[in-house]
Amino acid sequence: MRIEVNGSGREFPAGGSVRRLLTELGLDPRMVVVERNREIIRREELDDVLVADGDRYEIVQFVGGG
Amino acid sequence: MTVDSMESETIENLVSHDPLMVADREFSSRLIVGTGKYASHEQTVAAVRASGAEMVTVAVRRVDLDATKSESLLHHLDPSEFFLLPNTAGCFTADEAIRYARLGREAGLSSWVKLEVIGDQETLLPDTEALLEATRILVGEGFTVLPYTNDDLITALRLEQAGAAAVMPLASPIGSGLGLLNPVNIRILKARLSVPVIVDAGVGTASDACLTMEQGVDGILMNTALAAAERPVLMAGAMREAVRAGRAAWLAGRMPVREWAVPSSPSTGMLD
Repeated sequence: MRIEVNGSGREFPAGGSVRRLLTELGLDPRMVVVERNREIIRREELDDVLVADGDRYEIVQFVGGG
Repeated sequence: MTVDSMESETIENLVSHDPLMVADREFSSRLIVGTGKYASHEQTVAAVRASGAEMVTVAVRRVDLDATKSESLLHHLDPSEFFLLPNTAGCFTADEAIRYARLGREAGLSSWVKLEVIGDQETLLPDTEALLEATRILVGEGFTVLPYTNDDLITALRLEQAGAAAVMPLASPIGSGLGLLNPVNIRILKARLSVPVIVDAGVGTASDACLTMEQGVDGILMNTALAAAERPVLMAGAMREAVRAGRAAWLAGRMPVREWAVPSSPSTGMLD
């Protein structure tokens, strides 16, 4: 499956959850927020939502800002 | 005034226990600091601590998936020690700002947002029409909204009416360090608004912060004045003192300004 994460394309196996995507990216789910096709995925939904072909993800975190 | 009550007229007594109230929350410091543009996470934390700020702003940005050192600020600033306020800096439309605000809320710390909708790349002045629209929508979604705005009374009143928890007018453009350009407008805002007035942006050095607090505003938010100082941690300490001194001077009530000299020593009892 082809998906897009933070503007870059990548392959991801069918049937994997969004939590698995985060694990694969080496990200701690408590430190990031995930948007899938412009909809926020709540932390408690990370296991239930499955990654689908063509999905576009934005994964954000807190950084320094004024 | 009795001797006892005069002796209690100290900054320690009157400013240290004079919290900033925003919405239903009390903040121990009237200084709010940003976390952008520091040389390192360590310097950020040292400066934030030295400033004495309890409320600290952060930005929401994409995780850099290629970088080995793309770390959340949450690793360095403990949310149980500081009240982290996500901003919508860099947003040019109401929709964009709302999107960032929702992402910031989902991080799970609070429903507060420092709302910025920028109208012009060069001056970073706010798009007040879009700001009002975004404020209304976010207040409707249960956010506690602190909008960054210009020093225009009418916009400030509309933001208050839209449900903003505080109004944050600029002292001068973001990152400019020009200081408080229009103290009169800031005083007008403070006189007319019921919600707290927190001056946001433009303060350059400690005297700017002190002068701003002397206008009677409720607080100041700053970032570049600390981060771009040669010694940010020392400047953070200076700002802490300046904000306290300015608040104390405001509470103390300054003497009236006169155009001509008035002697301080008795004019009677002079020798022949």
